[in-house]
Amino acid sequence: MPLMSLTGNYAVAHAVRLARVKVISAYPITPQTTIVEKLSAMVENGELDAKMVRVESEHSALATVFGAASAGARAFTATSSHGLLYMHEVVWWAAGSRIPLVMAVVTRAIGPPWNIHVDHQDIFDQRDTGWIIGIAQENQEVLDMTLQAFKLSEDPRVYLPVMVGLDGFILSHTRAPVDVPEQELVDEWLPPRRQPYVISPESNYVMGNIAPDEVHFLMRYSMHEAMEAAKTVIKEIDKEYGEVFGRSYGGLIECHNCDDADYIIVITGSWSGDAKVASDMLRENGYKVGVARIRYIRPWPKEELEELGSRAKGIIVFDRAISMGGYGPLYSDVAGTLYSNGGKTSLVGVIAGLAGVDVGAETFKETITSIIHKIEENGFFFEPQLWLLPKDYSSREKMMEVAKRWL
Amino acid sequence: MGKGPILQAPETFFIAPLSRPAPGSVGKTGSWRTSKPVVYEDKCTGCMLCWLYCPENTILKTSNGKVAIDYDYCKGCGVCAAVCPFEAIDMVSEV
Repeated sequence: MPLMSLTGNYAVAHAVRLARVKVISAYPITPQTTIVEKLSAMVENGELDAKMVRVESEHSALATVFGAASAGARAFTATSSHGLLYMHEVVWWAAGSRIPLVMAVVTRAIGPPWNIHVDHQDIFDQRDTGWIIGIAQENQEVLDMTLQAFKLSEDPRVYLPVMVGLDGFILSHTRAPVDVPEQELVDEWLPPRRQPYVISPESNYVMGNIAPDEVHFLMRYSMHEAMEAAKTVIKEIDKEYGEVFGRSYGGLIECHNCDDADYIIVITGSWSGDAKVASDMLRENGYKVGVARIRYIRPWPKEELEELGSRAKGIIVFDRAISMGGYGPLYSDVAGTLYSNGGKTSLVGVIAGLAGVDVGAETFKETITSIIHKIEENGFFFEPQLWLLPKDYSSREKMMEVAKRWL
Repeated sequence: MGKGPILQAPETFFIAPLSRPAPGSVGKTGSWRTSKPVVYEDKCTGCMLCWLYCPENTILKTSNGKVAIDYDYCKGCGVCAAVCPFEAIDMVSEV
């Protein structure tokens, strides 16, 4: 299989090509743009036999691929940040209609103020829509997760759309070696398009009807049941993909140094790599620290985290998003899982890396070390919101220096 | 690939937000009407503009190329009378 030097965005484009997608529509937005730019070139030079539809907005982009997919085509779109928020209504429509569809989300901070750098506020904003949401750590996984998303979305046990998250710039615009599978192998592995119904002039189906409240309620339940089934399907696909293409990631979470760990870092996205480096450094200092990288935030890996929570002394969650007035979104789910399981584990939620502020392995190491000291000194430590403020603004006085400019 | 989509039944509990439209699925909505369109056949040219505009699909084409109204489902909105270029449709009060 050819090894190529690909940005995360080009890795997405190659996965879409290999899946033989038939309809693509998108509206340009940084840092997503080079995905559809590359796909557009592939369509133009005949590498990909697909229809590329230009539209006037992200709302229309998703509506277009949703329509194409309802009519029976394997379809794809991609967006980021403000574009994703603009299509939010159709995000719900696609999932509620149970139409298999794949969308890449290149994660980016949300304005104001304008900012094109990575955080996870945009993708977590889609958490409750009924889409399966995966988040990759590096470019190889971006390609593999995108390719797998088509199989997952079109599985009759699932029939839900899938979002593949990749971090803006850190992955989207950074080249790395990527093993690109051969087309013949992908054709053997990925079945033809499957879907629960097809809307055509002959099908006599109408979408956009009203339904009794009780039926609407049952639809929510049915989507939850499909999400639960998706947990099994994700693991199955991960395993068989490993057998065919040589790479498996561990299903809903990927564990690094978890086996004998006293402390578990829960994290998602590209900065998980820095957390893993920190975990290795901490082990050299005698701290048994592991990393549970969340690969899918929906469906939520409840069972895996219950197991880790039941044997760890402490769980430290890093959120690159914040529900202001509440908690970090990963923290909320972890706390929900551990408390539902009657857990007495020390639990800390760290808010960090918002708006693209860099968090390196050294910073992870220092932060985790100080949390471990608090847990070991007190026997128990609970802190739902530990704000890891940017380095130059780490005290109230320094923060006030910024605020004073506006007074 | 290239064989078109394969319909395959869902394997988990499944409800989709779809309906199969059928005439009168909520009863004869013509009873909601307060005035009805009346077609003057001598003025009607069969241009079918009213058919194009009717939001309820209640304009019927007669065997002689003119239009007639399906009063079972016409709600009396009056769009057909408003768009007719030949003044061949009048709205007549029913109350």
